[in-house]
Amino acid sequence: MTQELRINNKKFIDQTNRLSFKFNGEKLYGYKGDTLASALLANNIHLVGRSFKYHRPRGIMTCGSEEPNAIVQIGNDPSLTDPNVRATEIELYEGLEAFSQNCWPNVKFDIGGINNLLSPLLPAGFYYKTFMWPASFWEKYEFFIRHSAGLGKSPTKPDPDIYDHKYYHCDVLVVGGGISGIMAAKLSAGNNNETLLLDDKNILGGTTIYQNNDCFTIDDNHTNYWLEKEIKNIKKIKNLTIKTRTSLAAYHGYNYLLAKENITDHLSPDERKGKIRQRLWKIRAKKVIIATGAIERPLIFNNNDRPGIMLSSAIKKFIDFYGVKTGKEISLFTNNDSAYETAISLKKSGVNIVSIIDIRDESSSKIVKEVEKHNIKIYWKHTIVNTEGYRRISFIEIMQLSDDGSGVIGKKIKLKTDCLGISGGWTPMVHLFTQSGGKLKFRSDDNVFLPDKNKTPSDQISIGSCNGDFDIKDIILNSNKYVKTFLGIENSPYDNIKVESSKEEKKKNIWLLPSDKPIGKTKPFLDFQNDSTAKDVKLALREGFKSIEHVKRYTTTGMGTDQGKLSNMHALGIIAETTGTNMGELGTTTFRPPYTPLTFGAIVGRNVGEFFDHTRKTAMHNWHVQNKAQFENVGQWKRAWYYPKNGESMYDAVQRESKAARESVGILDASTLGKIDIQGTDASEFLNRVYTNAWSKLAIGKCRYGLMLNEDGMVYDDGVTTRLGENHYIMTTTTGGAANVLSKLEDYLQTEWPELDVYLTTVTDHFSTISICGPNSKKILSKVIPDLDISDQNFPHMSFKNSKINGIKCRVMRISFTGEHSYEINIQSNYAKNVWEMCMNAGKDYNITPYGTETMHLLRAEKGFIITGQDTDGTMTPSDLQMDWIIGKKKFDFIGKRSLYRSDTIRDDRKQLVGLLTDDPKEILEEGAQIVEKLDQKPVEMLGHVTSSYFSPNLNKSIALAVMKSGKKLKGKKFFVPMENKNINVTVTDTVFFDKENKRLNA
Amino acid sequence: MFIINCPYCGERDQTEFSSGGEAHIVRPKQPTELSDDEWAEFLFMRKNIKGIQFERWNHSHGCRKWFNVVRDTSNDKIHAVYKMGEKPPVNK
Repeated sequence: MTQELRINNKKFIDQTNRLSFKFNGEKLYGYKGDTLASALLANNIHLVGRSFKYHRPRGIMTCGSEEPNAIVQIGNDPSLTDPNVRATEIELYEGLEAFSQNCWPNVKFDIGGINNLLSPLLPAGFYYKTFMWPASFWEKYEFFIRHSAGLGKSPTKPDPDIYDHKYYHCDVLVVGGGISGIMAAKLSAGNNNETLLLDDKNILGGTTIYQNNDCFTIDDNHTNYWLEKEIKNIKKIKNLTIKTRTSLAAYHGYNYLLAKENITDHLSPDERKGKIRQRLWKIRAKKVIIATGAIERPLIFNNNDRPGIMLSSAIKKFIDFYGVKTGKEISLFTNNDSAYETAISLKKSGVNIVSIIDIRDESSSKIVKEVEKHNIKIYWKHTIVNTEGYRRISFIEIMQLSDDGSGVIGKKIKLKTDCLGISGGWTPMVHLFTQSGGKLKFRSDDNVFLPDKNKTPSDQISIGSCNGDFDIKDIILNSNKYVKTFLGIENSPYDNIKVESSKEEKKKNIWLLPSDKPIGKTKPFLDFQNDSTAKDVKLALREGFKSIEHVKRYTTTGMGTDQGKLSNMHALGIIAETTGTNMGELGTTTFRPPYTPLTFGAIVGRNVGEFFDHTRKTAMHNWHVQNKAQFENVGQWKRAWYYPKNGESMYDAVQRESKAARESVGILDASTLGKIDIQGTDASEFLNRVYTNAWSKLAIGKCRYGLMLNEDGMVYDDGVTTRLGENHYIMTTTTGGAANVLSKLEDYLQTEWPELDVYLTTVTDHFSTISICGPNSKKILSKVIPDLDISDQNFPHMSFKNSKINGIKCRVMRISFTGEHSYEINIQSNYAKNVWEMCMNAGKDYNITPYGTETMHLLRAEKGFIITGQDTDGTMTPSDLQMDWIIGKKKFDFIGKRSLYRSDTIRDDRKQLVGLLTDDPKEILEEGAQIVEKLDQKPVEMLGHVTSSYFSPNLNKSIALAVMKSGKKLKGKKFFVPMENKNINVTVTDTVFFDKENKRLNA
Repeated sequence: MFIINCPYCGERDQTEFSSGGEAHIVRPKQPTELSDDEWAEFLFMRKNIKGIQFERWNHSHGCRKWFNVVRDTSNDKIHAVYKMGEKPPVNK
């Protein structure tokens, strides 16, 4: 282990706890407290990955979530491997295994690197321009593009980890545990507000917690010393909850925020066992204080992407926090004072600083003077024109800037360096603010977009450097002032705080730094992950792109996993400069959630597998299971689909069940059909208005089939409704439509017809329904309910009886969906399974056959009965279904009536329901298949499609229902159903195939 | 995700509610007397305003009552909530 790059640092790194890890197979060591990035750097490893397009070697550039380059694959277990993890964020644990991504065969020698040599041929929009033609080649191109693109590899097996969701309500949420967030949390919680403080790091304190510099003091102490004490103090406050390793992902309206808490990602695999991996917090806060800080900007110059080139602030954190020297001969390149803080940190740790290159003419601020005392060479008014070093920076070449900054002059100076810190100023992290609907304003002094106080949604503020305060003095004084006003606090412990800092006096900004070479010969990278350069942006502008959103998509600037946290401002700056626009007017691209990527696991939480959705089971479900039923999902219901016997196929089972139901007796669990109890003095009038047919004259104890339309005249639902009493009905609906029908009826009652005295109650779950059908159904019923007179005179078709089974009340309807003589027993669900078993016993001698939904569908198709949702699709009127008989033409009104004679609904070339018979009776049509008349037509005219199709065992031939243009007129005509390898000849028929005279109903 | 102050239950999360589109569209009392165009106006035509919109909402996972909401669609700010049949408390 290269100990020479480690300095003693006991505060944040536990040097007594050595951890081993592997990077690309090589065993290395780090310490508890390291990130993967700091551990790699301590091992003198900068080269971590390859860039996306040119496969250029790339190193660790930052120390946080903005990292564009150091993206690794963690682990290689097929179910646990984690792609696109930022090495700067993942905490080191014993046994961590990481791999470079986007390179082959390895990161040091990558075949894809040839793209770098070809880069003059790969400009912005290369893929759009090149792979357009010939169109038929796309599939071939796609194969290669997909293989050469992409970052990490997804896991190939299901994720065994547990994820969790948590709802949280608080008075004040503070996002960010830097110095301003700590102050805000103390002020808030100290004033009786239930407060939640979140920070994405494992330790609170932001960048101040390791700021140990004589130029910056609070109450005469170093800022880190002061802040440490504050953090110790706030941990004692009762109504303050602190969550570290928790990153705010999204900020929605009404102060609804989502945060992801990492619970085990920093633990070794052994320590993770049995624990929840991540938790998604769903937070409602009365007030939100955003203190998300700022990110340092890179500088854009030729070859600014080599491993070893890092943000100056990152170099500072690696030395001050992790105790890791990022190089032995470090240079700094800056346009502001921040790099001088890094210089002092390095100097204190004994790192040699080659030089500081500053594009400004001079600066005489306190911190610059402090640096000058250390005899560090500062090249004022200079810029870097080139860098060298393939896998690690080795040299920089610098030249003097011309007075206007647009070119370089003088002699080129070449300096040897193994690490270059760059500092281009600071970008406030306003992502959350804009996600919440806030609007930004532009501050031209230092080219930053800031929250506009006049366009901030209520109940939130931004404080600290995300609000544009970069000087520690401004941060502390303003945070105190703003939080006091926001929370209505009179006196704050920070009112008389004494802060000393080094005021930055000089600023200079050049978005694209000049080189001695023409721009076409340079590589000034903007977006390091997506390899888009300043050249690409300029090309896009030349090609006519104007909107920032378009330039972004065309050049892919800002579209990597870092979402342009580093690159966006420069892209904007270069666009503004090139087009002569004001940056403030240009605006930014939209910041969309999440701020940092979320795992799918965290998003779905526990709603996986059987918890994905509710499952509804009928009272007889266990009986179906015991009798080997296969189940079908109908909405949330599990319905018995068919009951295969002795390894029968579905087809064979359905054929057997269908025959048995018509020849002797079948039994069906119909409990899932929706049941709505309707009561009130206006119940009959209500039914008149919601169904197409008339209801007032329906006698008590009688049943009637009803068709319900939407206001647009299209069939919505159907079912049988029974009149139980003068003012009491029970309506049945389709299984899938039950909830929607109830909602629709409630809607009309509450909004259009509040004068009606009607009460609706869903009783779907309360009653279970057993349907017994077939010529022997009568015999079964008389055994189960011997007291009931079931003669045709007393109990005719479409009527209902109250009865009792073993003393338990039940409702028996004589209704039929199969065309057979059949009964439905409705009984309280607790007793349903017993009654079902009674029926099965009673039917032993009659070969009583349980049948599922598939047989039910077949039997009703033989009779030409529709299933709403299968034979209808929201575009069928009753007339289209050849059901004109059910329209109460004399009725004053019902839902959808007026629409039945709109110009569109009376067209006679609408699609209408027909029967279809195949010329070959053995040929079964596929549901959904198209019907055509002429085969040689181009394009062939689609006349309709098959909606239901079965082989009828009772007719011994294939039958189908279909909807066809002008179908009513087509009876007897021949058509084709073209399939992949043949054309099936069909003839249009009547929709009723079986027992046209309905004789069996009374058999 | 906003919070709606149900006039019957109080403040609840938006996920408990379902939206029912534009409010104050009265179903014609005698649809049969309307021309195709007049009926189509009632049936199909809805405003889709950026700004203050009068909407119907249903507390579908709560009391199941319908009521009206005045919402600014540009920022989801709810200006008023009132029961069915009541006059809008703000000018329409």
